[in-house]
Amino acid sequence: MANFFLDNDDIQFLLSHLDVAAIAALQEDDFVRAADGPGSDYAPRDAADAVDNYRRVLTIVGDLAANNIAPRAEQIDHEGNTHIEDGTVTLHPLVRQNIKDLARADLMGFTLPRKYGGLNCPNLIYTVANEMVSRADASLMNIFGLQGIAETIYAFADDKIRDEYLPRFARGEVTGAMVLTEPDAGSDLQAVSLRAWQDQDGTWKLNGVKRFITNGCGEILLTLARSEPDVKDGRGLSLFLNERSPKIRVRHLEEKLGIHGSPTCELVFDDAPGKLIGERQLGLIRYVLALMNGARLGIAAQSLGIAEAAYRVARRYAATRKQFGVAIEQLPAVAELVTDMRIHLEAARTLTYATSRVCDLEFNNLRVMEQHPPTDPAEAKRRKELARTLKRLNGMLTPMSKYYSSEMCVKVASDAVQVLGGSGYMKDYPVERHWRDARITTIYEGTSQLQIVAAVRGVCAGAFEKYVDEFEQTTYSDPLLSDLAKKLQEGRGLIVKAIAFVKSKGGSYMDLCGRKLVDNAIAVIVGHLFLGQAVNNDHKKAVAHRFIETRLADLRANCDLIYSGDTSAMDQYALLAGPVPPL
Amino acid sequence: MGYELIVCVKQVPDTANITGEAMKADGTVNRGALSAIFNPEDLHALEAALEMRERYGGRVTVITMGPLGACEVLRECLYRGADRAIIVNDRRAAASDTLATSYILSQAVRKIGKFDAVFCGRQAIDGDTAQVGPQMAEKLGLPQITYLEQLIEVNGRNIRVRRNVGNGWEIIESPLPALFTVIDTANKPRSAAAKLTMRYKRAKCIGDITAQVGKEMPDASDTDKQAEAGRRLESLQKLGAVIEQWNLDDIQADLAWCGVSGSPTKVQRVQSIVLTKQGFTAVEPSEEGVGKMIHELIVDRTLG
Repeated sequence: MANFFLDNDDIQFLLSHLDVAAIAALQEDDFVRAADGPGSDYAPRDAADAVDNYRRVLTIVGDLAANNIAPRAEQIDHEGNTHIEDGTVTLHPLVRQNIKDLARADLMGFTLPRKYGGLNCPNLIYTVANEMVSRADASLMNIFGLQGIAETIYAFADDKIRDEYLPRFARGEVTGAMVLTEPDAGSDLQAVSLRAWQDQDGTWKLNGVKRFITNGCGEILLTLARSEPDVKDGRGLSLFLNERSPKIRVRHLEEKLGIHGSPTCELVFDDAPGKLIGERQLGLIRYVLALMNGARLGIAAQSLGIAEAAYRVARRYAATRKQFGVAIEQLPAVAELVTDMRIHLEAARTLTYATSRVCDLEFNNLRVMEQHPPTDPAEAKRRKELARTLKRLNGMLTPMSKYYSSEMCVKVASDAVQVLGGSGYMKDYPVERHWRDARITTIYEGTSQLQIVAAVRGVCAGAFEKYVDEFEQTTYSDPLLSDLAKKLQEGRGLIVKAIAFVKSKGGSYMDLCGRKLVDNAIAVIVGHLFLGQAVNNDHKKAVAHRFIETRLADLRANCDLIYSGDTSAMDQYALLAGPVPPL
Repeated sequence: MGYELIVCVKQVPDTANITGEAMKADGTVNRGALSAIFNPEDLHALEAALEMRERYGGRVTVITMGPLGACEVLRECLYRGADRAIIVNDRRAAASDTLATSYILSQAVRKIGKFDAVFCGRQAIDGDTAQVGPQMAEKLGLPQITYLEQLIEVNGRNIRVRRNVGNGWEIIESPLPALFTVIDTANKPRSAAAKLTMRYKRAKCIGDITAQVGKEMPDASDTDKQAEAGRRLESLQKLGAVIEQWNLDDIQADLAWCGVSGSPTKVQRVQSIVLTKQGFTAVEPSEEGVGKMIHELIVDRTLG
């Protein structure tokens, strides 16, 4: 039987290459606390047991993705969901069936602790699951992949709210939505104006409009609202939990280019009662930023899944379609397209999985500090320093992964259409759907441009160099790998010089050079990740070789552009862009 | 009230995905060359029972007969929500044909005691006989409803179902208990559930435990081995993850009806047939061409 986990050699390889057992030990507190309490009947006993569980869970996801979800995707894409006049949304029956299948397989509390009925899986395993679900139906990831809502409740809400809502998430009875965007507050969330006020009993009431809300028709909403009318910036915003009610109406269901199975709602809050999550005024600056980080990784995983689906169609087509008497993959132009798609996909996957791993390290370190604070001052200090380092590293890697994977996804899906030519443009093959689904990934949960702004800070402020320092400790006996490692070191040197040059030119030049700097840093980081995988693996060695050679050429070109000091895109904007066209 | 539901399942060689030499020189199935899987239609039988339990309450017990390795299909049932699992394992049951198998399984069903429905897959992909279910019904004195396609309603001691009759369907009402054989269009079997899988992956029968202890403690005395096996069984019991293991004595089977002596089936000859394509005939896309093709098919008795 088809299985999206078992049929994916690259996922299998990465899971064996990354030290999943070490992550399991962290996630399960070295298995000392797993033996008692609720959920102990399915708790792992040791690292091998936990890793075996992860593989079994992913096999279930792979089974459902291949045999249940994927066959339904085309019809869902054609028919979409239905907006009802009374302000509700009726999900497509097959979307409901998908959710039911996932819930019945215990997959809707993927990362939640067992005491709430969850599986307590690490982020890395959830990322793999998200990728597989997205390969089957990208739009379903926008429901399955929103488990960060429950994670946010777990991380920041009080016990009463946790106990009330988390088991419902884990049972799959409810799905969630992050309700942030407004007509005048998209990328700039500090401008959120939906109002939260307290009535005489102290109950919070929310009033206003939210737009482009993914799964806004879900049962549990986490809503960003202005609780402090006098504080105009992000510090005036708090996070609230709303349950679906007639006081929250779906006014409009968006018609979109892709992800048709995912309902995108405009919501009207009419004094809708809400519960405060955590503390007032920390809504945006603390909770939503944490929520967004997880969501960004989710989109990176979604991007991998869409690209994997598109790549597979293209790879098969290139092997079977004959023109000029040969399979088209024997034509150099097609061969280059296909190999670049694959390398690009593997690069994004290795970066995203590495990032997920760092998230697991960070999250578990913070959890230990909170739940079992070390009594030894030296240990406490070590953990605190570790937390700082990991936060910085994650602050760079998460936006990098989201940016790189989503841009990869759009390119690979587009190239898949190209490989299929006229057939790819038609609805007969799924690649046109993959391309339409792909297009959102560089936009939502922060555009590529915003990811670059976030990532470039880490690149320029030391996180990049610190991370690469670790990689450069490794020496390779294989002459090719050793040579490639040297080239990466040279590449790093070029980046460091370019950063110094950019800094000397001031703030706006850094913004102008952001993409080039981040691309360069990604090339070096992924190059190192590939090298580590290439020992004893001929495929990865070939991938590392081609990736590093081509990307270092891009890196040098990027550095030339940076040294040019060219600011014409800003300075001569009117001249270059021409006049604003009349309506 | 709930219903006591029994599902008979079988581990079979995967005849749909043949790799290597599927047949031995003597014409018997080379089980070593084929992976062992859950007989596909038995998954539909399990799903029918689980859905009935979801709608009307009750308990699902799964039984298989076979070597200890067949516990794997019972674990698969537990991952999907079965409440109780039993393996009938006995060397004396080896080489049972459908008559002996249906006898043994019906004895196992009798041992379970009170029950309301027995579900079997229509047939197994290794023998393709579709005999075991109906034979069990006869031995247990139950109404048999084969080719179950849909469970419409259960009303107290009456059940209303739709069965497929090849070129259509019929709706049947039957008193309970009854035996059903289920076809693959009846439902879509659910996947394993994650938490049940993590929990029941440890499920074992005593034979498995004893064999494992023997392997791990080769030099220990029999008493020590027994004690260790007892400890392991107890810890599995706490988890509710014990697969019950019955032998022919446990189910009070008459040995004359089991195994070789209980199996009148004689294989006269086995042929290894490899289907090969021998050219093709082009048919004109016209009335005349199609008419000619139909005539040829009638003449060679493919049609009619």
